[in-house]
This record gives sequence, C-alpha cells and structure tokens, in this order.
Amino acid sequence: MTKKLFATPLAERVRAVVFHRRVVFGIPFAWLLLFFLLPFALVLKISLTSAVMAIPPYEPVFRWLDNTLSVVVNLGNYVFLASDSLYMAAYWGSVKTAFLATLFCLLIGYPMAYAIARAPKRWQLVFLLLVMLPSWTSFLIRVYAWMGILGNQGLLNSFLMWLGLIDEPLKLLNTNFAVILGIVYAYLPFMVLPIYTNLVKLDVRLLEAASDLGCRNLTTFWAITLPLSKAGILAGSMLVFIPAVGEFVIPELLGGPDTLMIGKVLWEEFFNNRDWPVASALAIVMLALLLVPIVLFHRFQAREMEKNG
Amino acid sequence: MVNFKAPGFSRTMLMLGLLFLYLPMVVLIVYSFNASRLVSVWAGFSTKWYSALFNNEQLLAAVWMSLRIAFYSASMAVCLGTLCAFVITRFKKMRGRTLLSSMITAPLVMPEVITGLSLLLLFVQMAQLVGWPVDRGMATIWIAHTTFCSAYVAVVVSARLQEVDRSIEEAAMDLGCTPLKTFFVITLPVIAPALVSGWLLAFTLSLDDLVIASFVSGPGATTLPMVVFSSVRMGVSPEINALATLIIAAVSVIALIAWFWMRRAEKRRLRPR
Repeated sequence: MTKKLFATPLAERVRAVVFHRRVVFGIPFAWLLLFFLLPFALVLKISLTSAVMAIPPYEPVFRWLDNTLSVVVNLGNYVFLASDSLYMAAYWGSVKTAFLATLFCLLIGYPMAYAIARAPKRWQLVFLLLVMLPSWTSFLIRVYAWMGILGNQGLLNSFLMWLGLIDEPLKLLNTNFAVILGIVYAYLPFMVLPIYTNLVKLDVRLLEAASDLGCRNLTTFWAITLPLSKAGILAGSMLVFIPAVGEFVIPELLGGPDTLMIGKVLWEEFFNNRDWPVASALAIVMLALLLVPIVLFHRFQAREMEKNG
Repeated sequence: MVNFKAPGFSRTMLMLGLLFLYLPMVVLIVYSFNASRLVSVWAGFSTKWYSALFNNEQLLAAVWMSLRIAFYSASMAVCLGTLCAFVITRFKKMRGRTLLSSMITAPLVMPEVITGLSLLLLFVQMAQLVGWPVDRGMATIWIAHTTFCSAYVAVVVSARLQEVDRSIEEAAMDLGCTPLKTFFVITLPVIAPALVSGWLLAFTLSLDDLVIASFVSGPGATTLPMVVFSSVRMGVSPEINALATLIIAAVSVIALIAWFWMRRAEKRRLRPR
C-alpha cells in the first residue's frame, strides 16, 4: 500500500469515489448512446428520405445551399407502406406467427420448467444445462436440421411412407407450419429459463398450507403456482415473441412463398431492392408495434437486475 | 407432509421436450457420416464429408475470422457489461441510470434486422462525417457484436453482484483501499465465475450471429454463419452436417467442463467450515 492507513482525508476519498463512479457510468453510457440509441435516430431520419441511385442510396434531409438551410421530410415511405397490402399482410403474418409460436413454447416450456424446479437439487443443474445446451450451438444449424427432417425426401416423410401411413410425401417444408415449428424449436430454451427461475423461488410453505387446507394438487396449481409465476411467464413470452416478430432466418429457410414475415420483407427491401428508406420505415413501424412488449420486458428485467439478494 | 415432487404430467413433458430438442441434432450427427448425399438413403458409413470440410479453404478462412471477432467481442463485452451491471446494481441514485438500464435490456429482445440496419446506417453516416470506417468489416462487426453481447454479460454479472457481501468491500475501503484497488482485490475474485460464464456466452453469441454481421460487414469480411447460410439456402448439404457435428461436439465438451467446475464450486461452498 502506497498511502499510510487512514492518512487520506475523508473529502479526498469521497472525491475519488465520485470520480470512479463517473468513469464506471460514463464508459458504457457513451458506448450505448453512440452504438445503440443514436442508430435508431438515424433509422428514423433515413425513413423520412427518398431513395436515389447513389452512395449512400438516399437523399439528405438537411441541405445547406446559398445560406439557406432546407429540410426535406418525405413521408412518402410511410404512405407507401400503408397503401401496399403486402406490407400490412407481412406485419399481420409476423404477429400471428410469433403469437402462435409463443403460445406453443409456453404450453411445452411451462411443464418442463415446472418439472425441473421440482426435481432434486442436484438434478436441476443437469436438466437446465440440457435445456440450454442446444442454444449454445449454432442457431442457423439447428434451423437447418429441420430442412433435412421436413423435406419431401426428408426423414419424416420417408418414415411415414415406410410405415404405410401415407402414400405420397406431405408438404411440410416451406409452409407456415414449418416456420412455427422452427421458432418453437429455436426459442424454447428462452421460455423455460425465466419460468424456472421464477418457480424455483416459489415458497413451498404456501403449497403446504394450501394442501393442509384441503386443496387438491390441481387446484393448488391454478390458485397459487400459476398466479405467482406470472412474472416468469411474461418474461419468457416476451423473450420469444419480440425476436420472433422480426425473425429472418427461420422464414427464409423453412418458410415458403406464401410465408409473409416482416423481417424477411425488410431484408429483401434492403439487400435485393437496395431501398434503404423503405427498409428504415419498415423498421420504425416494427419498433412501434413492439414498443409495448419491449417496455413490459424491460420493466421485468430491470427489476430482476436491480434487486439485492 | 405432502409430496411436492413433479407430478407425472410435467415430468413426461420434460422428457418429451428434451427429446424434441435433441432429436434433430442426433439426426444431423448420424447423417454427417452418411456416404450418400440424400437424407432418405443410408449408403454406409463414411467420413468423406469431414475431409471435404477440412479442404474447404473459404470455410476455414471464415472460421478463423469468426473466432477472432468472437474473441475480441466477448472480451470487450465483458468489460462493458460488467460496468453496466455495477451501475444497475450499485448506483441507485445516479442520474441517467434509467436510460442506461433501458439501453442494456433492450438488445436482449431487439429483432436482429432492426439492430443490424440501424448500426449499418450509423457506420455509413460516420464514414460521411468523420471519415471512419472507410471499409466495413471486422471492426464494424466487432462494435456491433460487443454492443449486443454486453447486454447478456450485464444480466449474468448483475445476478452475481447481487449476492456479493458488500461488507468486505466496505471494510477494504475503510482500511484505505481506493475503489479501484478494492475492485481488483475484493470484488473481482468474487465475481470471476460470472465473468467467465458471461465471456463464454458472449463468445457463442458472437460466433452464431448471421443477421447483424450481414448488415454491418463489407466485402472483405465473411464470417462462418454467412458461409453456412449461403450454402444451406441451396438445400441440405452433408458438409454442413459434418460442420454441425463438430460444433455440437465442441459445445458439449465445454459444457461438460463447465458443469464439473460448477459442481465442484457448489460443493466447496456447501462444505461446513
């Protein structure tokens, strides 16, 4: 130690603490402001321009010419989105698909989380690891695995034909069914984990009390367990629903020509049509749609991270 | 005393759910050793797809690129995420804290196409205004990955920080340690396991990202998911099955090591002193 014990005056130590706090706060704050928040403002700005054949492919909003600042705001992209039924259908398709996938994830994931939370302590970690392990391998490859299973010459159709249940292959790949299946498969771990975290903290004495008072197991579940795990259900559902609405890879690989999802449309507008302003407007409308779920998720997550154990 | 063990239904669902999660992976692994290109035909055991994989120069270059980006992104994300976790769990009254905590939780759920598009627009504007980045590539992917990975690190580290006994830190400060020294001598060793798991999580997330990297990358930088994606878009390919098997094997080995390590730490913590 360079300084003698208690030699530093209090005021100086307080100053040091305040300085350190500012640095600890300032670095991530500046980074996120620049690389997370500012980009959204830019998306909003670009969505108000029109596309041109140039690099970058959009008109500037602010122009300084002959001492005059002209601001050109073009609402055309939003009018275009509203007038073209394709985009509305894509938004509706995304929300519907994401909703159904979230529902199935919940129906499968809740019992799984419940079973893990009630398993003996040393088995809980093993089961959790088994549930999380797939999500640490490649997402892309896990979606791809279903292409081999669901295809016309795929494993499932071959198996069903071998059994004699069907005579010709069922069309499974490139359908909306395949997209929902893919989302459920890829996002299931994200539903199980928050529900488990919630259920494992549940006070067992409440369940004992209910049972002492004559509640049957099912009644106890509906009256106590389910309402108390509401926060976990909400967090899990948001973790599945929000990214699923903007999903690109799954509809691209497992979906068909009639699969309309907004993430895929945005990708095509950007990469194939090089229409950055329309892609930006699509992103802004998607964000507006997802604002309420994102705020709900944030409130849950912030509470989780802030509380002191 | 009633028995609160899992009732039959949920236990069955757990087994079925795990089967659902693992069956497609088993199929991939089995078919990576299939001599035939077709999924429906078993033409005998073969490792030829693995040798094809190791002769694919483009793929190997992409693997190397992805590993480097993931290493740098995970390291930076651990630094930023830990700072964020500190602010959120410790600095209850700081101004701007609410904004910071919204900015760190939002990337957890933000659709990737939005994040990717918004960062690309930022890089394009920056290139116009300040002349950097001239070419998009490794550096821009690194920034993008660091930003969204920090969010995951912050979640992992803040969970650990909540359990840290503050009185030891306070004692160190009372004895004249500077906040910086207190952090390195007291806090860091305590939260080290969370930093390791946060780093590993960030590493796998960065390695896995296709959408954001596609937006912010330039012609010079092709990551592994981009190569895999352009190949699987064309349909099922046995080489990708072989690659998948190798990835699954690597992740399983690391998870097994992590499990042993966590179990040992748990035992040590529970042992009476």
